[in-house]
Amino acid sequence: MVSFQPSEEQQLIRDTVAAFAQEQIRPRAHPADESGQIPSDVIQQGWELGLVQSAIPEAHGGAGDTHSALTGALVAEELAWGDLSIALHLLAPRLVAYPVMEMGTPQQKERILAAYAGEKFCAGSAAVVEPRFDFDLAELSATAKRSNGSYVLNGSKCFVPLGAEAAHVLVYARTDGREGYESVGGFLLDKGTPGLKIVEREKNMGLKALETNEIVLENCRVPAENRLGGDKGCDFAKLMDYSRVGLAAMAVGVARAAYEYAREYAKERRAFGVAIAQKQVIAFMLAEMALEIDATRLLTWEAAWKLDKGEDATREAYLAKNYAANMVLKVTDNAVQVLGGHGYIREHPVELWLRNGRGFATFEGLVML
Amino acid sequence: MIDFEISPEIENTRQMIHMVAEQAMRPISREYDEREHEKPWDFLNMMWNASRSQSAVTFGGGREKKAGPSIRHMTSAVTIEELSWGDAGLYLSIPNPGLGGAAVAAAGTPEQRERFLERFKDGEPKWAAMAITEPGCGSDSAAITSTAVRDGDYWVLNGTKIFVTSGLMAAEKSDGFVVVWATVDRSAGRAGIKAFVVERGTPGMTVTGVEHKLGIRASDTAAIVFEDCRVPLDNLLGSPEVKQGTEGFKGVMATFDATRPAVAASAIGIGRAALEFVREALDKGGVKIRYGISPRKLTAMERDFMDMEANLQAARLLTWRASWMMDEGMRNSLEASMAKAKAGLAVTQVTQKAVELLGPLGYSRKYLLEKWMRDAKINDIFEGTQQINMMIIARRILGYSSKELS
Repeated sequence: MVSFQPSEEQQLIRDTVAAFAQEQIRPRAHPADESGQIPSDVIQQGWELGLVQSAIPEAHGGAGDTHSALTGALVAEELAWGDLSIALHLLAPRLVAYPVMEMGTPQQKERILAAYAGEKFCAGSAAVVEPRFDFDLAELSATAKRSNGSYVLNGSKCFVPLGAEAAHVLVYARTDGREGYESVGGFLLDKGTPGLKIVEREKNMGLKALETNEIVLENCRVPAENRLGGDKGCDFAKLMDYSRVGLAAMAVGVARAAYEYAREYAKERRAFGVAIAQKQVIAFMLAEMALEIDATRLLTWEAAWKLDKGEDATREAYLAKNYAANMVLKVTDNAVQVLGGHGYIREHPVELWLRNGRGFATFEGLVML
Repeated sequence: MIDFEISPEIENTRQMIHMVAEQAMRPISREYDEREHEKPWDFLNMMWNASRSQSAVTFGGGREKKAGPSIRHMTSAVTIEELSWGDAGLYLSIPNPGLGGAAVAAAGTPEQRERFLERFKDGEPKWAAMAITEPGCGSDSAAITSTAVRDGDYWVLNGTKIFVTSGLMAAEKSDGFVVVWATVDRSAGRAGIKAFVVERGTPGMTVTGVEHKLGIRASDTAAIVFEDCRVPLDNLLGSPEVKQGTEGFKGVMATFDATRPAVAASAIGIGRAALEFVREALDKGGVKIRYGISPRKLTAMERDFMDMEANLQAARLLTWRASWMMDEGMRNSLEASMAKAKAGLAVTQVTQKAVELLGPLGYSRKYLLEKWMRDAKINDIFEGTQQINMMIIARRILGYSSKELS
């Protein structure tokens, strides 16, 4: 039966995360963007909310809560409302833990999950994006060739969050014999695996507070049992659906942050004797922002709901993510515009949201629900 | 729990209505577009009889409340989408309490609801209509100049109303009624605006013409003149008291909270028809829509198609949300306006793009696509234009009165 009401449990989680985002994340967003450093205390505090550990089965040290993309979307929106860099940092361990939890072999779960269910934040990561303008998830350039009980990986990856620090990096690469998404295998690389070269910390337009790395794989040899899901591999298309829904939810969070800030500014700022929000041209921009944020959130929820039902949600997730990427750019750009010259100044956060918002058209696989 | 699954009860209704749309509406769709103002009596009688036996086929009030959570507005959203998928003009001409009934349901007393809506339970097909717009005022419905003056046991109405959907059927051609909005006290502004039920054939009420329109040609849009038209005192809906504030106007607004999601649902039905038509044509032409590839590799055609699809679905979900809120008894003015604004614009753009994508097939009257584009546009206009709805959204999110933001 159609309903738009989160469950009581979801609402509780959402409220808790929203309070954390407002009280702990938001005050640190600007300094972190300027310095390029996220203070470790906020990461540890965020870790203690249990956003990663909760869905990990009790057998592996987690709380064994239901793994829900919808709950994940609610959490992702609130965290990203606080700050996108800090949100991605906090959730980065899921990039390894959740694919292993959902698609790993019993041995992989045994070996890896406990690290992400402990008392302390443990960095994990995934390498999905490649530094090419025509990068396509369905046609990865990085390759994994089977040879003597191992896979040999070659290729370049970028936007690898916490790549240098991560205990494990889940590297996605094309294997032989299949096409499109089905050709993609996931490979669990321990930190320091020979041939896994962490090139350098990236310098991007946005996400400046988040450490992301470019990595190069040079004849990097991985034991065959470290292929995610073993010989039968993983469902990469589904993993990317989870990721798209997560990114769409985060785009909604960033857009909402910018919209709310612009709305309050427009009610304060006066011109020609009235608040600028009393001018139709500004009021209509704000109305459209509010409407499109709601529209995108509903598309995102629907895709998440479909994933939770175990149905194929590629179409919904893909449409929601692309819609969200367009929406967040337009909303954050409008927010800068509402503030005018002040929007261009780094003392106000809207330019930061515009820089972060622009990234969604490029981001893939940066978050896992 | 957040859920996007239509309940089995509504789904059964949807399937039944879809059959009606496919078998009874589509085949006569072109004919009654071309023969503007002709009435498809077989279809209208069929719908009337069906709605007597199937409560689900009625719209806009007059239903008894069932125990438990209501699903009335969600059912409406889903069924109106199906009917409009069939033909939006024919949907609008189905005999039912319509907007007049919605006004009675929203602004009337229980006794008035009983008195005016009882007739829709049996007998010959009937219509009810709502008359707000005047030649000199549309969206600014507070500027209504039609007057109601008390004279003994009667209210005497004077004024001219236009754009009255199903006005001809309600005022002259069936045992229906017209709900007329008029002011009892011009100096009181909005508070002085009241709604009056004028029974069909009341002396002094004259239909002076029906409009020739861009689309929804099967639906009559009437101009009605009231000249010393006398109606009994208790035909005034709600309280005759003129309270300061916006009491009288509340009736109009409450009506819109329910009717805007209904208009949005109709828009979506047209948009879906167009989108399906395009998808079939592309399929036949061997064009596949590739979900999941790099967005930078999409063809212009795929990108357009996906935009249409996402916008339409976004509009549908906003509409469902506004309808669900009504069923839950939540205040939904903001969400109703969001749904209406999004759906009206999305479907206008979707159908216009669809005509472009299919080139000569889109422009030819051999197919229904060009008709859907013409039909779609009304949803961006009636029940509050795109701009009026954006204004309402803006006021709500900013906490402004109509004085502070106009």
